[in-house]
Amino acid sequence: MRVGVITFPGTLDDRDAARAVVVGGAEAVSLWHGDADLKGVDAVVLPGGFSYGDYLRCGAISRFAPVMQLVIEAANKGMPVLGICNGFQVLCESHLLPGALTRNSDLHFLCRDQEIEIVNNKTPWTNSFKQGENIVIPLKNGEGSFQCDDQTLAMLEGEGRVIARYVGDNPNGSRNLIAGITNAKGNVVGLMPHPEHAINELTGPSAQGLGFFTSILNAMVK
Amino acid sequence: MAKIVVDVMLKPEILDPQGNAVASALPRLGFTFATSVRQGKRFEIEIEGGPTATQLAEVEKAAEVLLSNPVIENFVVRVEK
Repeated sequence: MRVGVITFPGTLDDRDAARAVVVGGAEAVSLWHGDADLKGVDAVVLPGGFSYGDYLRCGAISRFAPVMQLVIEAANKGMPVLGICNGFQVLCESHLLPGALTRNSDLHFLCRDQEIEIVNNKTPWTNSFKQGENIVIPLKNGEGSFQCDDQTLAMLEGEGRVIARYVGDNPNGSRNLIAGITNAKGNVVGLMPHPEHAINELTGPSAQGLGFFTSILNAMVK
Repeated sequence: MAKIVVDVMLKPEILDPQGNAVASALPRLGFTFATSVRQGKRFEIEIEGGPTATQLAEVEKAAEVLLSNPVIENFVVRVEK
């Protein structure tokens, strides 16, 4: 079971994501943005950071990286892809996920431990959680406000494609407290908070983020 | 040489926290004229010759694919005199 972790220029969280993959029980494979090869991976994580300096819009340039053309093709054929924070922004810019992530409603960069509720545990990235389980993982972003038109919002809610919601105050102005969504097939997941920073209580607010990385192993072994 | 300008603005229904921050800063400086402010991006693109209809069509395409995100933004392409 090989899980690729992509590094773009400006990516920050690739090391933690790779470590979370390993602690979850899979092999982590480093992929470079300029690679024209997915190295036979079974799934891909797009980690957080500031790829290409967030120039133009967050994720807008990364979408056109050589490796992303292969990720988009593989994702459309059903390969599991998890985009965290900047990775979520890249997935939206790539049109693998609907909507867009815009400036936090209060303009401040946020960095805090955030409670979220897992509201869809049917995806390959969330099957380790109980439906409705609350977990606490870090949230750190400047542009994390999930926005879409009313029709898209009704579709996401109607089809059960919201996978996680913020609990308590809305931290960034996201519509319907959306912290994460999935695509129609359920293989592509975007999540604004950071499970890869919460796999050990020594260094994170909890070890509950690990569930995303054990989920992918469950999904592939089945 | 011609200059083509592409203005990109958030769609009216999308929240613009930066525009709101500017709108609330203005009266603090004594500028009381604004009822609302929206902030956008402006691209100035210089091209060889023209602009021909084909060049303008290409800029339109680039504005749609790269310069704007059609999910949240609108754009206008114009030639600067």
